[in-house]
Amino acid sequence: MIHFEQVSKIYPGGQKALSEVNFRLQQGEMAFLTGHSGAGKSTLLKLITVIERASAGKVSINGHDIAKLGKKHVPYLRRNIGMIFQNHHLLMDKSVFDNVALPLVIEGFSHGEIRKRVAGALDMVGLYGKERHLPVMLSGGEQQRVGIARAIVNKPPLLLADEPTGNLDPKLSMDILRLFETFHDSGTSVLIATHDLGLIARMKYRTLTLRQGKMLGGDEIYSADTQGQI
Amino acid sequence: MSNKVKITASKLPFTGRLVMFFVRHIQQAMASIGELWRNPVSSVMTMAVLGVSLSLPAALQVLVKNAENITQSWNNAAEISLFINEGRSEQSIQSLISRINVYSEVDVVHYINRDQALEEFQRLSGFGEALSYLDSNPLPAVVVVTPLARHSSPEGARKLLDKLEREPEVSFGRLDIEWLERLQAMVRLIERTVLAIAALLVLAVVLVIGNTIRLAIMNRRTEIEVMKLVGATEAFIQRPFLYTGIWYGVIGGVLAWIIINLLVWYLDSALAELLGLYGSQLQIQALSMAELVKLVLLASFLGWLGSYLSVRQHLRAIEPS
Repeated sequence: MIHFEQVSKIYPGGQKALSEVNFRLQQGEMAFLTGHSGAGKSTLLKLITVIERASAGKVSINGHDIAKLGKKHVPYLRRNIGMIFQNHHLLMDKSVFDNVALPLVIEGFSHGEIRKRVAGALDMVGLYGKERHLPVMLSGGEQQRVGIARAIVNKPPLLLADEPTGNLDPKLSMDILRLFETFHDSGTSVLIATHDLGLIARMKYRTLTLRQGKMLGGDEIYSADTQGQI
Repeated sequence: MSNKVKITASKLPFTGRLVMFFVRHIQQAMASIGELWRNPVSSVMTMAVLGVSLSLPAALQVLVKNAENITQSWNNAAEISLFINEGRSEQSIQSLISRINVYSEVDVVHYINRDQALEEFQRLSGFGEALSYLDSNPLPAVVVVTPLARHSSPEGARKLLDKLEREPEVSFGRLDIEWLERLQAMVRLIERTVLAIAALLVLAVVLVIGNTIRLAIMNRRTEIEVMKLVGATEAFIQRPFLYTGIWYGVIGGVLAWIIINLLVWYLDSALAELLGLYGSQLQIQALSMAELVKLVLLASFLGWLGSYLSVRQHLRAIEPS
């Protein structure tokens, strides 16, 4: 699904965010991406969603080389990736329904279909019946779940999450991770960037660790036996 | 559910996409009106600026149209005076008159012999006393030719004059439409000026709309970033802004039309009074329906252009980070 080969990213100004990163995320796999703040987690996710482009090396998604992807095709790639952010990036002046419906509106679904799918997505994240609410009327955990509903509403084959539990207490964080597990169970590939090591220690998934822009272990690391490396 | 990442194709079938394309356009056009409706203060101010800016070129257009209308009715005043060479006999003058009479362009020929000319000059000039000291009559005989209506335009009369001047008895001719030509030259100058001013005001309209749209884009920056993150194309994001620009143009155009009609209505009675004193029946003309349609079309095009230029420059600059 995702394949990084010798990928480096140097920001304008000389800051080296990633150096020669290799890793592969299999289709239908769920994995964690960990590392200290500034280790390059966000940069790695931005390379997958083409918010940034690699300075060197090759990023491919489903066999497509991202570097060869024209600016025009970037939106179509992003429609296949559900993105979840720490600060959830919701439109605060729009209702929950409008926020979740946005990807479907962009893709041109009919009104009835949008209604059905939004209701389904909100049901999945436990917010059924809150369509008319504005995001400010919801708690932090609920806002995060609106962001998740928006990410999964068009059933993308790949989910990326950048610190999805950053502002939440441990119980809410666990709920969110359980939610990701259900998406994984239905066949979606999931990559979650987090520095919450206590959280991932309790789960059985592969952990990719970044330190100062380098991937520790890379392809060889599987399952939970390398969590303690940081 | 497909687990493959597809990069170009949409998930919907083609016909569905085509129908939704038009549905989306209508929805976004309506949504743009709604957006204007929700921010009435700023949008009304912008529309007022556009209405006033557009009403100026439209008012000048009305002025030119009416000026043309008035000068049209003066065009038929052309008369040609032919001055006869000295020493020609009465007989040869009469034969000239009968020759001119058969010209297809000529309506009426009127002959003023030397004595009549002198008499008329004495009567009208006030130099009568001085003339009586002269030994002989210094004035030539004059043949006044009135061309037919269809030959009395400045160009037609000029052509006829050239033809008449080739007659051997004629010393030279004079066309009394030179003032008309000057007037027409002046009207042309005014038309040019109007065009130049109109061009400047049109530019102002484009800039005003461009700036308004720029502010709208800045206000919705976060929304645009989120839309780009979830896979909206540039075309999708820019469409509401383009529609907003078009609506600004349409409403500004209609506003300009209303302003013009009020202006004409305000001037009409004063002008009727003035023209009445000159015994003229001319009515001042406002903008016709066809001109209203043209004005609104032009204004909506300007609205689209202004917002397109703005969108091109500012929307592309916003990228999620």
